[in-house]
Amino acid sequence: MQSLIDWVLSFQNPWLTEPIVRLLSHLVFAPIVAVAAPAALIILTWLERKIIGRIQNRLGPNRAGPFGLFQAFADMVKMFTKEDITPANADRIIYNMAPGLGVISSIMTFAVIPFVPGFLGADLNVGLLYIVAIGGLGTLAILMAGWSSNNKYSLLGAFRVVAMMLTYEIPMVMTLIVVTMAAGSMSMAAVVEAQSGMWNVVTLPLAFVIFFMAGVAEVGRSPFDLIEAESEIIAGFHTEYSGIKFGMFMIAEYVHMFALSFFAAVLFFGGWQVPFVDVSSWSGPIGSILGLISLLIKVFSFVFVMMWLRGTLPRFRIDHLQNFGWKFLVPVSLFLVIVVAVVIRMFAPGSDVSVAGPLSGLVPFGEWVALLVANVLVVVVSLFVVSRVARSSQDKGLRAVAAIEGVSAK
Amino acid sequence: MLQEFEFLGVLGAITLTIPVVTLIIAWLLRPKKPNPAKQETYESGIKTIGDTWVQFKAQYYIYAIIFVVFDIEAVFLFPFAVALRQLPLYSLIWAIVFIVLLFDGLLYGWRKGALHWN
Repeated sequence: MQSLIDWVLSFQNPWLTEPIVRLLSHLVFAPIVAVAAPAALIILTWLERKIIGRIQNRLGPNRAGPFGLFQAFADMVKMFTKEDITPANADRIIYNMAPGLGVISSIMTFAVIPFVPGFLGADLNVGLLYIVAIGGLGTLAILMAGWSSNNKYSLLGAFRVVAMMLTYEIPMVMTLIVVTMAAGSMSMAAVVEAQSGMWNVVTLPLAFVIFFMAGVAEVGRSPFDLIEAESEIIAGFHTEYSGIKFGMFMIAEYVHMFALSFFAAVLFFGGWQVPFVDVSSWSGPIGSILGLISLLIKVFSFVFVMMWLRGTLPRFRIDHLQNFGWKFLVPVSLFLVIVVAVVIRMFAPGSDVSVAGPLSGLVPFGEWVALLVANVLVVVVSLFVVSRVARSSQDKGLRAVAAIEGVSAK
Repeated sequence: MLQEFEFLGVLGAITLTIPVVTLIIAWLLRPKKPNPAKQETYESGIKTIGDTWVQFKAQYYIYAIIFVVFDIEAVFLFPFAVALRQLPLYSLIWAIVFIVLLFDGLLYGWRKGALHWN
């Protein structure tokens, strides 16, 4: 983007001063970012139905347009022309604000994603913190919706959001800290560039697994979708919503899922990096196009995995969910932060004795191997502790599971 | 660096118009035929008993309180993570002590039964 601004500035036009050109470029790119995310929804909803359909041995939508591709447009028409019923007891202002806030928070996360080399909306030096903060707004929107509907099912759904999303935010933030330590920066562009040698998923596999699980929970998708568990609390927080306001919650959910796939690709799978090819050094648009294609392939694989999960796994029970989050993911992610900090510190460069790590000569291969070994070590140790605790547990069911797993392991 | 936030401002303004425009279009298109039965609170077909906004279980909020501990920890750990490669060794040791202390807080809550769901 900076190169484009410099190019326009090279005309030496007296009207085109730098702030104006920058504002113009923002006015061009911001609508693209803002509209591209909801537009991807058309593909995402179609993909979801087709994939879930295939998993359940049926065809999925196939009437509207070729292969049912226009199903999303048909849905849009339906939602726009449905009557919007607002319950008489609802808190009207908050009730109407909530779906809008959900949509805004999910689209705003796209501001910091580096799409191609040298182009991203805002290269914030607090990019990783920004996605956590904006993601928190989505939780707020759900809480507002549940509270203002004045319906017991909605309120229960909103409470579950508070309990669940907060739980899974901690492991997610911890893995973001691990990524920050590996990259030495919180800017998303710097994180991608730091992976030019080796993708984070190879050196930090456990961090990626924790990030993805916590991310799926944050987005509120199956198997963590008990905020809208229809067998227990009807539709959760959006029980009272109808018409386009319900549709906006759907948009928020899908865009959020899309954003999570982008984050997984950018933080752990090298973003626009292509394996064995240095795309950023290519001049001209071909490098950028290749980078974008590489990024989109990664993103859509994550989207596919999430749909696959939805088609395969049953829903968690809420106490299992909380136990898994607080008593397993949080301690493991804290442990991982400590271990990775020690390993990275050992490989720190520098000539000063108090700063340089003892193994700084082995960068980068030694560091990659050491990080990988450290991750595997954390997995082994934590699984060992869990199996010991389960075997000596008061809970009969847990002991039985531990016994079966012990047999199958031998 | 501050100029990067300009983009967020522009994007925020544009994003804000999306739900507003959507709501206006839907308001123009949709039928409006409210009646009292339709506007009742949905409760599987029966009348709602009692008020919704009453005292609720604190269960959900104990988690929120423990969360605050870790949220603040994260804010302190991010600068540490950025500067890790330039820090002297003792600051790493202090960071580990800090994490362990907070983990101790989690263990305390665990022992007190705050993490037990009933």
